[in-house]
Amino acid sequence: MSARDNILQRLRAAPQGTSPLAPDVRAFHLACSAGAPVSTRAARIELFCEKMAFWHGEVVRVTRETWPQKLAQLCATKGVRSLLHGESYAAVLTGAGIGGLKPYDRPVEEWKQELFEDTDASLTSTRGGIAETGTLIIWPDANEPRLMSLVPPIHFALLDAGQLYDTLFAAIVGQGWSASMPTNALLVSGPSKTADIQVTLAYGAHGPKELIVLLLVDEEEMQ
Amino acid sequence: MDDTGSRQYPEKPARVYLFGTCLIDMFCPEAGMDAVRLLEREGIEVHFPADQTCCGQPAHSSGFPEQTRAVALAQLRLFPEPWPVIVPSGSCAGMMRHHYPKIFADDPRLLGEARALADRIFELSEFLLNVARIRLADQGAPVRVALHTSCAARREMGTHVHARALLGQLPAVEVAMHGHESECCGFGGTFSLKHPSISSAMASDKVDALKETGAQTFLSADCGCMLNLNHTLQKRGDGWQGQHLATFLWQRTGGEGGRQ
Amino acid sequence: MNAQPLNFVPASEFKARAAAAVSDPHLRKSFRGAMDFLIGKRAAQFPDADLLERQRGLAEHIRKYSLARLPELLEQLERKLTENGVQVHWAENPEQANRIIIEIARRHSTRLMVKGKSMVSEEIELNHAMADAGMEALESDMGEYIVQLDGEKPSHIIMPAIHKTKQQIARLFAEKVPGAGYTESVDELIGIGRAVLREKFMTAEVGLSGVNFAVAETGTLCLVENEGNGRMCTTVPEVHIAITGIEKVVEKLEHVPPLFGLLTRSATGQATTTYFNLISGPRKPGEKDGPREMHLVLVDNGRTQAYSDEQLRSTLQCIRCGACMNHCPVYTRIGGHAYGTTYPGPIGEIISPHMLGLAATHVLPTASSLCGACGEVCPVRIPIPDLLIRLRGEAQHDARPGHAPMLGQGAAKSGLADAIWAGWAAMYTRPALYRAFGWLATRFRALTPPMQSGWTVSRTPLKPAKRTLHEEMAARRRG
Repeated sequence: MSARDNILQRLRAAPQGTSPLAPDVRAFHLACSAGAPVSTRAARIELFCEKMAFWHGEVVRVTRETWPQKLAQLCATKGVRSLLHGESYAAVLTGAGIGGLKPYDRPVEEWKQELFEDTDASLTSTRGGIAETGTLIIWPDANEPRLMSLVPPIHFALLDAGQLYDTLFAAIVGQGWSASMPTNALLVSGPSKTADIQVTLAYGAHGPKELIVLLLVDEEEMQ
Repeated sequence: MDDTGSRQYPEKPARVYLFGTCLIDMFCPEAGMDAVRLLEREGIEVHFPADQTCCGQPAHSSGFPEQTRAVALAQLRLFPEPWPVIVPSGSCAGMMRHHYPKIFADDPRLLGEARALADRIFELSEFLLNVARIRLADQGAPVRVALHTSCAARREMGTHVHARALLGQLPAVEVAMHGHESECCGFGGTFSLKHPSISSAMASDKVDALKETGAQTFLSADCGCMLNLNHTLQKRGDGWQGQHLATFLWQRTGGEGGRQ
Repeated sequence: MNAQPLNFVPASEFKARAAAAVSDPHLRKSFRGAMDFLIGKRAAQFPDADLLERQRGLAEHIRKYSLARLPELLEQLERKLTENGVQVHWAENPEQANRIIIEIARRHSTRLMVKGKSMVSEEIELNHAMADAGMEALESDMGEYIVQLDGEKPSHIIMPAIHKTKQQIARLFAEKVPGAGYTESVDELIGIGRAVLREKFMTAEVGLSGVNFAVAETGTLCLVENEGNGRMCTTVPEVHIAITGIEKVVEKLEHVPPLFGLLTRSATGQATTTYFNLISGPRKPGEKDGPREMHLVLVDNGRTQAYSDEQLRSTLQCIRCGACMNHCPVYTRIGGHAYGTTYPGPIGEIISPHMLGLAATHVLPTASSLCGACGEVCPVRIPIPDLLIRLRGEAQHDARPGHAPMLGQGAAKSGLADAIWAGWAAMYTRPALYRAFGWLATRFRALTPPMQSGWTVSRTPLKPAKRTLHEEMAARRRG
């Protein structure tokens, strides 16, 4: 018999006590939030900004019209000489006058060295965010591959405030994840970090040293 | 497992049983007598079944279930009247209240008896506070004490809450908090024999933490922890010693006359 | 301290190592400090005790439910992963697991494998097996990298290098990392590790990772981390091999958030980690990065033994947060290396006997005062003290009727202990004998032995009182 058969057979031979009912995570959330008011967009934005700041992520409020200019400005201040981006943003970024644009337009094997050693920053979109924990939801794809949010030392992420969920559970259910998981889905809360040396926190362990969230809000939500 | 907050307490009874525990019987009988005196001063008649020995915990925690069961069975039927059973030790109380039903789980009749007994098991300070509803009248000079609660007492019986509440009735007694208060003193029954170096390190740290409070003494509602710490102190040549909570409460409240 | 062999840990060695550890003031201080820090951080995450109990209740429920359906969920996971293009392998023991991984690595002419944090890979001693096969396996988690560089094993499952000071790490880097100067700046030390490891991520042919949760309904492997090395290992190399114990599977994606939330809060007192990486398959046509080939190795290594007993099965509820060791007064004093096993502390004491057998591990379940701190903080409510007691029993007796013997069943059987406990039970079930013994012991208290086994190592001898409580109470009755 194969290892597989042996393992499954041993598991099946084990005594089965009373089988528990399926856990009801939704009911748990409802019970925990019983009596609490339904969260507002403003509250979600506020909580997200607070939590993201706690993780050393920077949140910059922008509008649909102004974000490319704001990004250009941030790139200039931070001395970004090369910005990695998905091909779909090429036109708008060029329009904002950002120099050193690098579209991720070929398989990583063809330019690994350049990606790792000669790329200052990246811009990615996000699929949403989680207010409770100050978290970005990123689903890499052919246009915005996985390494964009990992390799460059500075990561800019564009987040639509309308896509903020209260909790991870709400996002999973609200966006119907279980029916459509991509090859890689990511939750990102701040820049990469470690506390492995004497429990002292240090940022930029293996991934980005800085995470800047461009939070797309309405004109009246700009502070 | 902790009962604090969820247990329904009966009215104050006229009679109770005392389960003295094997350690108190042999090493700290005075603590047992002080428990009896405290109860009697509240107008409660104390019955001490002469056939009691040990709750069975030493064998239980050493991995000898058969011997545990035999000794536990020998205690199970010593308390026929529906009176509360008072145990002046949190870990033994926890054994009888929480583990007896598990030990006899395979025998419906014994399980029924074990559950019925478990319902009547009270750690001494819990009983004084919540059932006897004692009002203590402090008659001593101002004193600073530290409190060590055994782990089983704390986690299974909520004794730290009850002991603190009782001491709170004594205006001239200041209860100091010590560092890592909820941490084990390293006794652990046979653990102290099997792993002396680890156990000693734990006892030594606990003694240091208790002494650092500047308290004049420390109190414990568990004879095992108290012996562990007192004998560690003696080995160091340190005259600073702890007392059983029952003894301290009895002495503070001036013996017979100390009822408010 | 040198690397400890993992596979065989004689009982006597645990005691010797523990004794050495408690008398090392530097070790004591660093573990106490770090554990206090983690305890405080965790406590700050759970200000509402009632809410925590409800969360623990849900997490326990999810784990029990998943375990109750384990064979079906493993088959479902395998089916989904296969559909997603992942190759699934099964291994009953470390040898099989290593063979599978080495074969994959050889097929890709591997010189270097970069590893994300995986305790199961420590369990099977993969690094040694890879070295024997002529391939390098390099740890890339900063803490794991540091301990590997120094030829050590992790001393904590979440914080592998917790036993080291920054000065020790500074010396280590200056000595072992080409071109690195001596610096005590933590930022600079991390910078050195980052530079070395980025080079390795680029050149490694294979990346290996553990798995925190495997989701059956979607065929998704979830990885929890702060550093980003896990993402590197699972994204940059041509091949990604994930390795996990068979117990890590849950049915639905929505079962993950409650466990994830408790895992990070219990482990390091963080509401979440920097990265939560959900991998459901290799690079698809058109995608520009990610591994071209992906494997999952499902490892038993004693887990089916724990599973076969309804009480011991709860061991498998563990989500590896490490809170039990952070709160353990024994672990705090002796550190992780003293245990000599992959998993130290209370979880190690209850899981190692299934992996290594009771012959090698029977001392571990005794290394606990049964204080209950571990069970109290366990986010999935494993009754650790009850399991310790159970294993103490299994080590000293034959299997109960109707139960299959455990590996190493009865390895600690001792005629002397049997006789002592039989005598103890004989006396404590005979009240008259018990009272007579009490009477004698008190009357002859002057003859109490001055040396009382381990007790008198650091304590004065116990001495009976002048009269027992039984006598006092009898005297009162007589009036």
